[in-house]
Amino acid sequence: MSAPTKTKTLMYLHAFIEAMKEEMRRDERVFLMGEDVQSPLFYGPTGTFVEDFGEKRVRNTPISEAAFVGAAVGAAMTGMRPVVDITLACFLYVAMDQIISQAAKSRFMFGGQVSIPLVLRATMFYRSAIAAQHSDRPYPMFMGIPGLKIVAPSTPYDVKGLFKSAVRDDDVVLLFEDVTLHSLRGEVPVDDFLVPIGLADVKRRGSDVTVVAISGSVPHALAAAETLAGEGISVEVIDPRTLAPLDVPTILDSVGKTGHLVVADPAHRICSVASEISAIVAEEAFDSLRAPIVRVTTPQTHIPFSQALEKGMYPDATSIAAAVRSVVQRRV
Amino acid sequence: MLNGLDDALRLEMFRRMLRIRRFEEMVAELVGSGEMLGAAHLAIGQEAAIVGACVALRTDDYMVGTHRSHGHPLGKGADPKPLMAELLGRRSGINKGKGGSMHLADFKVGSLGETSIVGSGFPIAVGGALSAQMRGTDQVALAFFGEGANNEGTFHESMNLASIWKLPVVFYCENNGYAQTTSFKSSSAIGNVADRAAAYSMPGQVVDGQDVVACWAAVTTAVQRARAGEGPSLIEAKTYRYREHSEGRTAPYRSAEEIQAWQERDPIHLFRAGLITEGLASRTLDQIEADVEAEIEASVEFARSSPYPNPDEAFTDLFATPIAARKPR
Repeated sequence: MSAPTKTKTLMYLHAFIEAMKEEMRRDERVFLMGEDVQSPLFYGPTGTFVEDFGEKRVRNTPISEAAFVGAAVGAAMTGMRPVVDITLACFLYVAMDQIISQAAKSRFMFGGQVSIPLVLRATMFYRSAIAAQHSDRPYPMFMGIPGLKIVAPSTPYDVKGLFKSAVRDDDVVLLFEDVTLHSLRGEVPVDDFLVPIGLADVKRRGSDVTVVAISGSVPHALAAAETLAGEGISVEVIDPRTLAPLDVPTILDSVGKTGHLVVADPAHRICSVASEISAIVAEEAFDSLRAPIVRVTTPQTHIPFSQALEKGMYPDATSIAAAVRSVVQRRV
Repeated sequence: MLNGLDDALRLEMFRRMLRIRRFEEMVAELVGSGEMLGAAHLAIGQEAAIVGACVALRTDDYMVGTHRSHGHPLGKGADPKPLMAELLGRRSGINKGKGGSMHLADFKVGSLGETSIVGSGFPIAVGGALSAQMRGTDQVALAFFGEGANNEGTFHESMNLASIWKLPVVFYCENNGYAQTTSFKSSSAIGNVADRAAAYSMPGQVVDGQDVVACWAAVTTAVQRARAGEGPSLIEAKTYRYREHSEGRTAPYRSAEEIQAWQERDPIHLFRAGLITEGLASRTLDQIEADVEAEIEASVEFARSSPYPNPDEAFTDLFATPIAARKPR
């Protein structure tokens, strides 16, 4: 990672907005499209895209997800670099055919005749009392689709740098933003910078247990690591940042060192990122493991509305710390 | 004579209609003999509807096709060789053997893809038109579709989007009467697909899909409107497919009399007769027929002499910029 000297403190959401504006200023082929993107409804007061760039490049769409996602694919094929804000991640499902059969498959199916420089931004609102149809964290199902690059940054620095890389990439990139991170503050370089797609980040160095944490579970993993340090357990926290393709070597290096793996993932348990990483480590680093792998995920049920039911559904510092203690105790 | 419809253009229309007919007859033969694998959906009988639309477009105008789309790239001027090689699974195929019959797109002639999920091409065409509008070119995008697609949500969403943004799109239906075995009458609550235009504030027109000049004239008008920034149009060409939905699958759903009645208005025979009536020498047309026969034979030879792709080519073309593992293990 380059080390820019001058930084400023930014909120996660503002880091995204700043990145979008910088990319629109840098390249006039970049434009923003989606439901209510001209409004500060979801972006807040700094989301002045239409004021800065005009209605031609900041396009409010009708509620027609299949049409505007597909239109972005067509525009990307023909010289533009669209960013589609799908807003809630659950709305991706309405455009699923366009994402899978068109965006993901066209380059391959047409023998590389065309490229699709497209970014789809999806925000994941959970822990928000908005129930099953609005609370999904659906990134794992997209990991099973060849032809998609998927990023899920957890800090203001990472969201800005990865989003800018996504816009400059010539392939389809899905950006999953975890809204539980939106108010998180962090240091971000003042000057232009990129975080490369496909590169994990070691968020905390440690020697006893590797915790790979996904998206919104990263701050919880870091909090757990802090608690466990007081108990004499040294935890290494890795954030893959990119989910497709996964930076497998960074994970294997860490497990080779610690011999223990916990994966924390806010997605549902079955076929989660945690499941995939667990399988990879079991296949490729079995000899390094000194205890069974433990996944900390959201259980295999829908997200309920009542706070009494939703509370405790997702990985948090307590459940991650408990998992780490359990693997240390089961050491062979 | 309609503006622009000179002898050269009419002979080119005739050549392209024949090229599609002979190409698809060859496909039927190769599928029948077992040399060609996979699904093959033929448009024999629909050549006037295809060519009339294609020749009203410029090479740099965009089009999206369907699962029944061998004719669309040929109609827009594609070389048959890489198309035939694709159908025979060769590396020299237009998609390097990765797309096949249902995805036979040639981007060099303006294709933005042929797609086998019914209705999924509409948004892509809208996107090509949006891009043209944003870049300030006067390109137009034409979406080919069968009448079976008129009940897909993407049809309605795309018509609305194109209309509110005044995008240069021509929605062009080849209504051949049947979606597989399901008739248009039994599946749509309207008499004509073109009637849907009113719901999206755009002109809708029905044309005789067996009359190549009528199709050309209708699309020419729609293209002029689109280039002038006046927005999209919907055109419905009434036509018919002689063969089954796909090669090798038969089921009873239409009468022999119905098929025969349409074959009596075969678009190529009608056009040829018209050309001769208007004074073009039958010798000229015979020569075109001979040229096209040779061209299709040559395309098969080209395909047969081309190598198959290597197995590792199943992993290329997924990404423009593939991301390798960070470092070797």
